[in-house]
Amino acid sequence: MTLDFARRVEVALRLNGRDLTTVVSPRTTLLDWLRDDIGLTGAKKGCNEGACGTCTVLVDGHRMNGCLTLVVQCAGRAVTTVEGLAGADGELHPVQRAFASCDAFQCGYCTPGQLLSAVACIAEGHATDDASVREWMSGNICRCSAYPQITAAVLAAAHGQGQR
Amino acid sequence: MRDFAYARAGTAESAVGTLGDAGTSVIAGGTELLNWFRLGIAAADRVVDIGGLDELRGIDRDGDDLRIGALATLNEIGEHPLVTEMAGALASACLQAASAQVRNRATIGGNVLQRTRCPYFRAEEPLPWPCNKRDPGSGCTSLAGRHERQAIFGWTPDCVAVQPSDPAVALAALDARAEVLGPAGPRTIPMREFHLTQREAAVLGEPMRENRLGPDELITGYRLPASTDGQAYIKVRERASYEYALVSAAAAVRLAGARAAGAREQGAAGAREQGAAGAREQRIAAARVALGSVAQRPWRLAGAEAELPGTPLTREALTPVIERAMADAVPLPQNGFKVTMARNAAVRALLAAGGAS
Amino acid sequence: MTVTRSADPGRPRVEGPLKLTGAARYAADHRPDSVLHAVLVGAPVAAGRLRGLDAAAARILPGVTAVLTAADLPSFPELPPPAAVRVMPFSDDRILFEGQPVAIVLGESIEAAEAGRAAVVVDCEREAPVLLGHGRREPAMGDEVVFARGDVDAALADAVLADGGIRIEQTYLQAPRHHHAMETSGTVARWDGDRLTLWDAVQASSTVIPVVSAAFGVDAADVHVVARHTGGGFGAKGYIWPHEILAAAAARVIGRPVKLHLRRSDQFSNVGYQPWMEQTIRLAAGADGVLTGLEHEVVNNTALADTHVEPATEASKSLYAVPALRLRQLIERVSLNVPTPMRAPVEGPGLWALESAMNELADAAGLDPLDVRLANFAEVSPADGRPWSVNGLREAYEEGARRYGWRTRHQRPRRDGPWVIGHGMATCTMGSFRFPGAGRVRLRRDGAVVEANVHDIGTGVQTVLSQIAAEELGIPPERVETRWGDTDLPRTGPTYGSSTTMGTGSAVAAAARDVTKQLAELGQGGRDPFEALDRAGLDELVGEGTFALPGGAQFNQDGAGTPYAIRTWGVIFVEVGVDPDFGLLRLRRAVGVYSAGRIVNPVTARAQMTGGIIWGWGKATMEESDQDPVHGRWLAKNLSNVAVPVNADIPADLDVSFTDEYDEAASLIGARGVGELGATGVDAAVAAAVHDAVGVRVRDLPILPWKVLAG
Repeated sequence: MTLDFARRVEVALRLNGRDLTTVVSPRTTLLDWLRDDIGLTGAKKGCNEGACGTCTVLVDGHRMNGCLTLVVQCAGRAVTTVEGLAGADGELHPVQRAFASCDAFQCGYCTPGQLLSAVACIAEGHATDDASVREWMSGNICRCSAYPQITAAVLAAAHGQGQR
Repeated sequence: MRDFAYARAGTAESAVGTLGDAGTSVIAGGTELLNWFRLGIAAADRVVDIGGLDELRGIDRDGDDLRIGALATLNEIGEHPLVTEMAGALASACLQAASAQVRNRATIGGNVLQRTRCPYFRAEEPLPWPCNKRDPGSGCTSLAGRHERQAIFGWTPDCVAVQPSDPAVALAALDARAEVLGPAGPRTIPMREFHLTQREAAVLGEPMRENRLGPDELITGYRLPASTDGQAYIKVRERASYEYALVSAAAAVRLAGARAAGAREQGAAGAREQGAAGAREQRIAAARVALGSVAQRPWRLAGAEAELPGTPLTREALTPVIERAMADAVPLPQNGFKVTMARNAAVRALLAAGGAS
Repeated sequence: MTVTRSADPGRPRVEGPLKLTGAARYAADHRPDSVLHAVLVGAPVAAGRLRGLDAAAARILPGVTAVLTAADLPSFPELPPPAAVRVMPFSDDRILFEGQPVAIVLGESIEAAEAGRAAVVVDCEREAPVLLGHGRREPAMGDEVVFARGDVDAALADAVLADGGIRIEQTYLQAPRHHHAMETSGTVARWDGDRLTLWDAVQASSTVIPVVSAAFGVDAADVHVVARHTGGGFGAKGYIWPHEILAAAAARVIGRPVKLHLRRSDQFSNVGYQPWMEQTIRLAAGADGVLTGLEHEVVNNTALADTHVEPATEASKSLYAVPALRLRQLIERVSLNVPTPMRAPVEGPGLWALESAMNELADAAGLDPLDVRLANFAEVSPADGRPWSVNGLREAYEEGARRYGWRTRHQRPRRDGPWVIGHGMATCTMGSFRFPGAGRVRLRRDGAVVEANVHDIGTGVQTVLSQIAAEELGIPPERVETRWGDTDLPRTGPTYGSSTTMGTGSAVAAAARDVTKQLAELGQGGRDPFEALDRAGLDELVGEGTFALPGGAQFNQDGAGTPYAIRTWGVIFVEVGVDPDFGLLRLRRAVGVYSAGRIVNPVTARAQMTGGIIWGWGKATMEESDQDPVHGRWLAKNLSNVAVPVNADIPADLDVSFTDEYDEAASLIGARGVGELGATGVDAAVAAAVHDAVGVRVRDLPILPWKVLAG
């Protein structure tokens, strides 16, 4: 059986709860597509090699680097960006509220990635204690170094959601 | 990266069928491949996506073996109860690799095929300096330049790089076999021979070859003996997470007095219940130990494994054994420390696997 | 003077909702219609000459709109400061460092532009590069000796002869290191006729305008810079860099907006870094640890053409009382791009050497390192004898020691599993940089608006400004909105140098006082301001304020020209675990106490100090950008081969606090600066802790595992 190679691929996926279909070049990353084609600039480009985590998004609830994920690999999947965390009425997600109350950001560039990573970290069951959060959140670099506050926020959000 | 044409494979066979073409690459997670494309380490006109092949997923017990599909992600493997119970070194190695985000995409099939982190190799095209991997025959700049993080075994003047995969070290230590599919059908490759040092590749007449996988073959999974041995994976790196190893070590230890059946409690957990002091009086019945990031393949310390039975599970007893087993290390001018560091990593891994503190 | 932890945490960051929802827009988040993506093509050799460039293969790639070379770009005049690079790339065929831009690829998509870059063939004549340590050394500024008093040579000689006298003579090294802000530098440029709009990742957009207008010969009034959110600055985005000019040039040439967001790899050569430094300390002291003489020599690398000086000797000039002092500053020119200030410049590197030497002095004298610091405390400025405006360092030393348990440190366990525990301390200090400030306060019926062109690099300054205005006006802070990050707003000092709260904070206070004064002139003084406005029948009342420096200067260091010397200080204590099997280091806890004037917002200030400590930890233990010794280029231009601290490196137990002060001399609001102070002294404290743990003295940063194993 020969495979059908295409240079433009139609991809159906769900983005922040809404179904959409897009036609992309196979080499287009989820990160560049979100930022340049869709206009969702919350996901950031920090290194474009998967070494910083500022491009972290959720794919079917799993956290991934958008720069290491092709759009064509997301067919049939649900993608969540930071813009999709708050409720439809604008009510902040508990993790967003925890980041606010714990002062868990400074310049804010790594913050979208930290938030989504935190949401997943909690859902994975890795926000059990300080050491666990620090290890499992290490895929998101913060150069302003708000690490203690970020860790506190993740634990606070996990606690609020009944974990621990 | 250059543009490419894309197709999704419906079966492993159909994917294999495309690999005969030099301009075709397979993509699973893509966490290495995309960077190769960006840097000019690899280029493809056509990319075949095998990410949807459910037949390549799955982590199961199959008789005496644990079977892990090639598309299992590092996070899936690291937290799977079968793996944590029966291949703890592999679970630990998987979870200490990269970041949570990368581990959600990186597959165990792709992970062992990752290439060296040597900064000279990882330079963006156009290649700014000699690198025999990137431009065969041009030379090795690392040897003349910076090479603290490079090999102490198996290197040649043409290349001093190491294989950085953590899971590969555990797979080699645990006697795993890679199951591989090619145009001629399936075969297996023992993981302790999967990768090639530069010296071994030169002997084969292909000095820049890095592993025994054929260019038209696909890893479909791994089999390893389900084990009740205590296991550990020690990864030594200057920052606490999200970094490649300076050196690493995987170990599996069966303590003397452990019974074959129902011996589960004699693994690490059981030994800890006896208390560290009690464990220190223990002797090793059998052990397997492999070093990582000291060569272009995991470095099983076969000599140590032969000598270890009967050895007390103490630092004082283990260290000279490991030292003897590493006597053939050939460090480079800047990385002599790796001999000491790797020795200590092996000792620490054995102690941890045996349940000593 | 007491040390307090304020009960009032201060206002939460006003821009929180924007950052938490992804709505905050950084430079490269802007996409004007028909914008093109630009990617730089860098020279592949560290020294030599550009012979030719073949862009044919690039130009035919789908999506590649153009490849611009020197022939396509305007010629630029020599740029005025604060341009970091005075002669723009593309000006001639000389290659002075690897990565120097030689072409600009423009593409309809970022993928197309990146693919285009890889397809451009650059032909260079290669020369031997000048390597670090092998460059031509010259005095950094005028004479090699930049300061001298007393007879240092006699002091050094006497110490050897005197009974119990101590002489320390050591050289301390630090590797080059890049800032690694999570947002790389980048600029979006759009021309509308002769009017230029830049969305730029900067720390001082007001200073972009004169450089850009000089570069293009356009009227400064026709240049507008928008920079509401900057994804980390740390000094990298302080000066003006060529890519900012090039983005605008490309846009002008191609007739469409251009986005030039530096790729991480391109950041290494297109923006500066903290230089490689070699510092030699020679000091003499009595058996009581009191310094009798101190000589400090600093060599830092710079580029072949452009000059950056790291005046690290300021630390030795301005911290301890020492009768005999001699300071030397040299630069060494090598084949790298020009360095630039990095968070805690000057004293940051200077204290690495000075505080390490002070710790070695303590060890040699058999004295406690803290006691050596106390013995050398300067009651007045050692540089010129002026009294300090406010100096809480003694209190900080005592409070820090108390919080840390410094005096009983060796009574606590020395091991924790594989970790051997060591303790180290150092003095922290930063000089006071002040710039003129300007601000505006608009009082309205329902609230107030503060306007100033400061930048949001994560310090919380816009929140602090709203608090200042609220306090001056006597209204709740929640009723005050701040507008920032736009050159249409009052042009004020830069957001670097720990200067913003002092300068712009003072200007905003002055503006608010101007509002209050106007209300009084309208006969509405003494009332609630909203009520007063209403009674005056006005919808808005605008107050303008400035903060001027002595003599109308554009920059003031340490209160020069005033009766008081102005500086900040602190003390840092660290507990470090060393794994002797591997040479690994882990931070277990840290205590910092700081004297920095009035703290307007304790929460944002705390974040600055912990961020600074972590910054210092990274410098001490892992950060370096190596120059390959064969080809002279940066060895690794990415974040996967170069380390900065991750979350797992940093314990929760970072205890920071401030002495309770109000500094009337430094600013109108009692504040001094805090952004960089926390990053000083950490490296020396860590090195001392390593020595305390395992007896290994490392004098060459970063303290990598093999340096510890080498013993």
